[in-house]
Amino acid sequence: MELQILWFVLWAVLWAVYFMLDGFVLGTGMLHIFLGKNDGDRRVIINTIGPVWDGNEVWLITAGGATFAAFPTTYALMFSYLYTALLLLLFALIVRGVSFEFRGKEDSALWKRSWDFAIVVSSFLPALLFGVAFGNIFAGLPMDATGYHGSLIYLLNPYGLLTGILFVLLFLIHGALYLSVKTVGDLSRRAHAMADKLWPALLVVAVAFLGYTKFASRLYDNYFSAPYLLIVPLLAVAALLGIRILTAKGNLLGAFASSCVTILMVVFTGVIGLFPNLIPSNLDPAHSLTIFNSSSSPYTLKIMTLVVAMFLPIVIAYKIWVYRVFRGKVTVEEVLEDKQAY
Amino acid sequence: MDVLTLSRLQFAITSMFHFIFVPLTLGLSIMVAYMETRYVSSGDELYLKMTKFWGKLFLINFALGVVTGITLEFQFGMNWAEYSKYVGDIFGAPLAIEATMAFFLESVFIGVWIFGWNKVSKKMHAISIWLVAIATNLSGLWILLANGWMQHPVGYVLRNGRAEMVDFMAMVTNPYGLLKFGHQIVSGYTVAAFFVMGVSAWHLLKKNKPDFFKTSFKMAATFGLVSTLLVAVIGDFHAVEVAKTQPAKFAAMESVWETKRGVGLNLLLIPDEIKECNALERICIPNMVSLLAFHTPNAEIKGLKDFPKSERPPVTPVFYSFRLMVGLGILFFVLSLVAVFLSRKGKLENYPLFLKIMLFALPLPYIANQLGWIVAEMGRQPWIVYGVLKTSDAVSKAISTPQVLVSLIGFTLLYGTLGCIDIYLLTKLARKGPDDDLSAIIKPTRN
Repeated sequence: MELQILWFVLWAVLWAVYFMLDGFVLGTGMLHIFLGKNDGDRRVIINTIGPVWDGNEVWLITAGGATFAAFPTTYALMFSYLYTALLLLLFALIVRGVSFEFRGKEDSALWKRSWDFAIVVSSFLPALLFGVAFGNIFAGLPMDATGYHGSLIYLLNPYGLLTGILFVLLFLIHGALYLSVKTVGDLSRRAHAMADKLWPALLVVAVAFLGYTKFASRLYDNYFSAPYLLIVPLLAVAALLGIRILTAKGNLLGAFASSCVTILMVVFTGVIGLFPNLIPSNLDPAHSLTIFNSSSSPYTLKIMTLVVAMFLPIVIAYKIWVYRVFRGKVTVEEVLEDKQAY
Repeated sequence: MDVLTLSRLQFAITSMFHFIFVPLTLGLSIMVAYMETRYVSSGDELYLKMTKFWGKLFLINFALGVVTGITLEFQFGMNWAEYSKYVGDIFGAPLAIEATMAFFLESVFIGVWIFGWNKVSKKMHAISIWLVAIATNLSGLWILLANGWMQHPVGYVLRNGRAEMVDFMAMVTNPYGLLKFGHQIVSGYTVAAFFVMGVSAWHLLKKNKPDFFKTSFKMAATFGLVSTLLVAVIGDFHAVEVAKTQPAKFAAMESVWETKRGVGLNLLLIPDEIKECNALERICIPNMVSLLAFHTPNAEIKGLKDFPKSERPPVTPVFYSFRLMVGLGILFFVLSLVAVFLSRKGKLENYPLFLKIMLFALPLPYIANQLGWIVAEMGRQPWIVYGVLKTSDAVSKAISTPQVLVSLIGFTLLYGTLGCIDIYLLTKLARKGPDDDLSAIIKPTRN
């Protein structure tokens, strides 16, 4: 039993870290033609995420792989139930990855404009789709003994869409703050202003989300039975307010850190509410996929625990090292000088 | 068409497309790492230029290899949910381990390599590309252990209505998976060697930067000779393993219909699947198939007729793919031998015909790699896990024909477009050649 709980925690951490790390890449991608007025700016923007986006995306692959290895039944049903949504997500991730690499390989303006457009769309779609998917998971999927009774249109219910918008706004602000930290001059100021402009919208949507969650899902049940857990959503709210306080003080790095905490805590808030479900059924709780009825055997979980205990610390160590190597601001001069850059 | 057929077609298309890029990355990463090491140890700027030029071609491929890989992981859940449920306990582990052990390493250090030219020391920069190369090959190991388990399942029991892992080490040391890995990575090295030789040959024919391309060609020729030799040797051991563990696949590879001892190898052979025999058998090398299969000339080979029709793989595509793959393998060895001889003697330019052949040979190892996968995957049919689970029982129940049809069309269009752009960019950069102006090349600044 304990191993399943451990893997539930790990599952939550993998998703939360993925959203924290790829969140600013997606946000930066969504903002890049709006904040980058000319080609130089746009190259700066892409190069702020250039060294790290690929490594950040691996958290998603690991989250997927961990779901497969630890909760194969959930993996199988979730992925086939959400088929069309995942397909769109895949297309977007494929296009995003090649856009970064291909954009600078031709000098024509049309070529660059096309890839710029591709970057914006392929950054927006995953942000929205992840939100819609998680909103629907929080609310539960229509599944019973005979299987799944939903469709893509079903997923676009008001609560799913609201969660989608929440994710998009979280990532937009996250990306804007990242850019304001990583760039200089006018570009940095524009990014800072963008974060300030979007913040009230995020606040409204976050409040609406917290309220709607009461009616659309059973996420609050766990909090009522163990009120000390409320510390997590409270931290989410505090961090969300922290973003505003810190940007007002001009502490952009602090605001970005606060935005990291916000995303982590938002994901944890939802996941704590889910426990012990991975996907609740909103037709009949008996057909919910829980960590106990969809998990791998204890033997497999033990092996996987050993692997993670050995390798995750190494991964985290070299990731921290890389963020240190690439600390500091990206400037136009630097990008123009470096032929290898994007 | 039904969900099963469409899903199979989709898996075939997406994995074969992914597999256009992977073999080159396996080998080219090592070659670029070697070039950079030569630069760091000798300070010779020719090797820096080589690192930059071949590295640029490597990166375009790498990007597509990475993004198309995610599709494959997702598809197990999307299209093959019954499979994922049934074998997830054992099959999910190598995929998750690949991500934690290899994929992170590869993706993080490729960032250091691309963007770190003036942020890390020369040595650290070279180490980064080595880490990428090691991780790429390590990632192949875990994927092929997973695939090897589908070909020859070990270390599991059927319990609670699914396959459960009972012996992790059995999967890790599964000879089928290890041999497949060995055969595959050296095939990838062959692709890379012929890629570098082909591009170099084009420039040498144009008399363009001969020093640069002669050095590149020579390095690739040696790499190619070693890898083609290993492809054959490991391939032979691999075939022995197939004969032992997947007799129906082996019978299809050689088109053997009747069970008998001391089976000979017909150099000319046309299988006739409907009549369940060979329409043509000519120029027979006696006992050769038995010798290849079990390393004893009189070994018994089980014929296809001894398997129920419902458990036979499609013979014609498996047989021809195998023949053609082996034929190409022999050709690659011969070409590499000549390439090493001519480049060591410094006589490459005297033989434009050979250079032309090497240019046109560039795509052939790609084809051989794809053929190898047809043998491996089609030869396993109708099983998705050999002897345990049929492909027809593995497909998702929750998806519909129009859904899969739309996704299949979507993948074909998207991949088709990306493939064209990729070939366009590769050709453009390959023709342009290396940067001459050393000031345009950023060198690692710190030591």
